Amino acid sequence: MHVHFLDPYKPRASLIHAFDPRVKLVLAVAFILAVALTPIGAWPVYVLLFAVILSVVMLSELGVGYVLKRSALALPFVLAAVPILFTANGVPLLTVPVGPWTLTITVEGVQRFVTILLKSWLSIQMAIVLAASTPFPQLLVAMRAVRMPRLIVAIVGLMWRYLFVMVDEVLRLLRARTARSGDPGLPGVRIGGSLAWRARVTGGMAGNLLVRSFDRGERIYAAMAARGYDGEVRAFPLPPIPMGQRLILGVGLAVLLLLVLLGYLV
Amino acid sequence: MHYSPAPLHIPDGFLSIYVAIIFWVVSLMLIVYALKRVNQDLGERQVPLMGVLAAAIFAGQMLNFAVAGGTSGHMLGATLATILLGPWAAILVMTCVVGVQALIFQDGGLLALGANIFNMAIIGVSVSYFAYRTVQKLAGGKPWGLYVGGFAAAWLSVVVAALATALELAISGTSPANIALPTMGAVHALIGIGEGLITVGALAFLAAVRPDLVKRDNTEVPAGRVVWLVGLVIALGLAVLSPLASSNPDGLEWVAEQQGFIGLAQSPLYEIIPDYAFPGVSSEAVATIVAGLLGTTLVFVVALGLAYSRRKRSSPAESS
Repeated sequence: MHVHFLDPYKPRASLIHAFDPRVKLVLAVAFILAVALTPIGAWPVYVLLFAVILSVVMLSELGVGYVLKRSALALPFVLAAVPILFTANGVPLLTVPVGPWTLTITVEGVQRFVTILLKSWLSIQMAIVLAASTPFPQLLVAMRAVRMPRLIVAIVGLMWRYLFVMVDEVLRLLRARTARSGDPGLPGVRIGGSLAWRARVTGGMAGNLLVRSFDRGERIYAAMAARGYDGEVRAFPLPPIPMGQRLILGVGLAVLLLLVLLGYLV
Repeated sequence: MHYSPAPLHIPDGFLSIYVAIIFWVVSLMLIVYALKRVNQDLGERQVPLMGVLAAAIFAGQMLNFAVAGGTSGHMLGATLATILLGPWAAILVMTCVVGVQALIFQDGGLLALGANIFNMAIIGVSVSYFAYRTVQKLAGGKPWGLYVGGFAAAWLSVVVAALATALELAISGTSPANIALPTMGAVHALIGIGEGLITVGALAFLAAVRPDLVKRDNTEVPAGRVVWLVGLVIALGLAVLSPLASSNPDGLEWVAEQQGFIGLAQSPLYEIIPDYAFPGVSSEAVATIVAGLLGTTLVFVVALGLAYSRRKRSSPAESS
């Protein structure tokens, strides 16, 4: 079994895919920063930011539906912002009697809630496009270019290399448990022993996974040492960014800055 | 089976920009210090091991077991990483896990990543280390210290990380403290039991199969006292702050209001021309409509350009 479905990268022949990963990373983070800096209730700016991300999604040829579906990932967290509807001080909009209490929704509360939703939705779409249009090794190059510590980049690179191997291991462990012990996915069916027993079995599986990764780490170190690894993480020098892309980077940053300033004007 | 997000990863948009940046700075400083310690204390053979362990912890979060009512418990792994690798390397491993979750799987935001690293890597490891070391010392080398210490460390680190998450949301003005803190605390007090049980199970397995990994005390490292103190301060701080903040949310509300105030205070700087929205447009509703028209035009132009370039791309293929 191979878990390539984990890799979010989707190869396309699009403009966004052809961008230099460094330009893409900086612009994506700048967009998320711009969204965060836009004040509460600056609706015109949110409309424009939405037009920007929608254009980027279309240009990336990933499919608007795909990005929308993935962006639902942040939805459960919306629950954390729901109380703000009732607790923000301001002009009352609607009063809902709930049992012995009455809850008052305020205009300010609705404004803040909708703003939080919009911000999180716009930001996650950009993060999705970045991950789906950039192969991971290129993201590592971009991480090095923005001066991420070498050791961290090296660990993340090795982590990515072995992530699919370890997920395969986990799937094998889970299949073995389903076959021999108890399937946690069947509601209403008696599954194995007590709760503590089930947790203990899962713990044993986690421990097994760690033992295997310790052994694997030793083997990888031996293989690396055999090829001259001495603890220093070396990498190819980064190629220069083409002039046209530098221009796009500058224009993109300027547009985002203008949008944020507009947010404080309206 | 698909990758399911854990409830502690804060997405972008939920933290105010000030909170996000402060936690980025704090996390970065601590990571740089941890990097320095790891470079000093550990040999080069640790780098591949840390990469593989990060992958294992990421994958291990898929290991779950049925609790009641369709919910399931699964592990976060900060405690196991701390016990097996020592605190400094564990901070780096957990940072990489949380970072990849945000960058690749959008599990947690990029701007919020600083806070997420702080909650899951720094709190997760330092509180685990504090609890585990303390129990180990009390046990005086008896075998129960491993299990009780492991359980206490796993439970406490999950609960403290949850309280920190709630507090960050409250300071951002996203969630009121008197609702977020008790809810997050109560939910994660239960989740923490699952984490604790899995951790004990894993430790029992390791003690039987590879006793060298757990019996040798990996947690006795140079400058470990610093982590112990950080863990103590964070755990104590949140234990004192949480009831204070939730019973007396005015203080935090005040902080949130101040933050809102900072956001408001910035606007007059740019309001040099009063009532100035779009050139020649004064009311916000009209500005929104103009923005809508502009946005629609932009998207329309992009769509046209795309269709055009696609036709261009496909026509040579047809002719050949």
